[in-house]
Amino acid sequence: MKAAVVVFPGINRENDMVRALERGAGAHVSKLWHTETSLPAGTDVVVVPGGFSYGDYLRCGAIAGRSPVMKAIVSHAARGGLVLGVCNGFQILTESGLLPGALMRNAGLKFVCRSVRLSVENNSTFFTRNMVKGDVVTCPVAHHDGNYFADVDTLKALEDTGRVVFRYAQGTNPNGAINDIAGIMNEAGNVIGMMPHPENMIEPLHGSLDCLPLFESLGKAA
Amino acid sequence: MKAKVIITLKNGVLDPQGKAIEGALSGLGFAGVDNVRQGKFIELDVDASNEGEAKKAVEAMCEKLLANTVIENYRVEIV
Repeated sequence: MKAAVVVFPGINRENDMVRALERGAGAHVSKLWHTETSLPAGTDVVVVPGGFSYGDYLRCGAIAGRSPVMKAIVSHAARGGLVLGVCNGFQILTESGLLPGALMRNAGLKFVCRSVRLSVENNSTFFTRNMVKGDVVTCPVAHHDGNYFADVDTLKALEDTGRVVFRYAQGTNPNGAINDIAGIMNEAGNVIGMMPHPENMIEPLHGSLDCLPLFESLGKAA
Repeated sequence: MKAKVIITLKNGVLDPQGKAIEGALSGLGFAGVDNVRQGKFIELDVDASNEGEAKKAVEAMCEKLLANTVIENYRVEIV
């Protein structure tokens, strides 16, 4: 499979993501600078990694979400291509309109950097098909604005159609996200965004391989 | 023309920063303070031939970038 990892100014997790995609998904990975207006030919999955694009100015992900490369990513998604956004990547996907809702300042106002327990709520997605529904894995979070919010109708639609992919397991919600939501997907199921960093829980030096099956799922998706 | 944009969180959207400010105010002895909400203020110059045109242009900017209408309201003033 061919993966493209998008790099905006201020992104800092791109190399972790490249390694996870190579190691876990067996992907051939290229990095894509934000001024590009097209994706490398044959790209199966576009990954928007974590960091602080444009210094989080205006709102987290707001400026990156409207940059030239996003048009190519929106077209890729409209064609059914896979898109994954992690942390700032999730914020960027909501700001670009690819995913509903918004990520707000953590309810506790503090930057949270620790491990949480993540429950797999839907195991029929391109990123979770190697998991079992209800599996709980350890996964790190590192963010200041991960407090997921959506209006009542959007939230109902997400819940009713199984589009909440990951939830913070009981008692580990680090940011006040509504319904403990940690990750969601779009209606078509080809765009997923999540706040935690699965790319940082895939090899022995990370302390656990808990999130490796996510990338193995992705490897089988295309 | 100079435009002022005021961006506020919608009603019902939790504002932890507003809550923290409220706590700090009450800690300083300011009594009777309630419903503190923090927002943003953006000022910009816009090329337009009249006020209506300027307002329309800035509102389009709000819809597209300056505000996130999922969680925020905006108000444009041309001065």
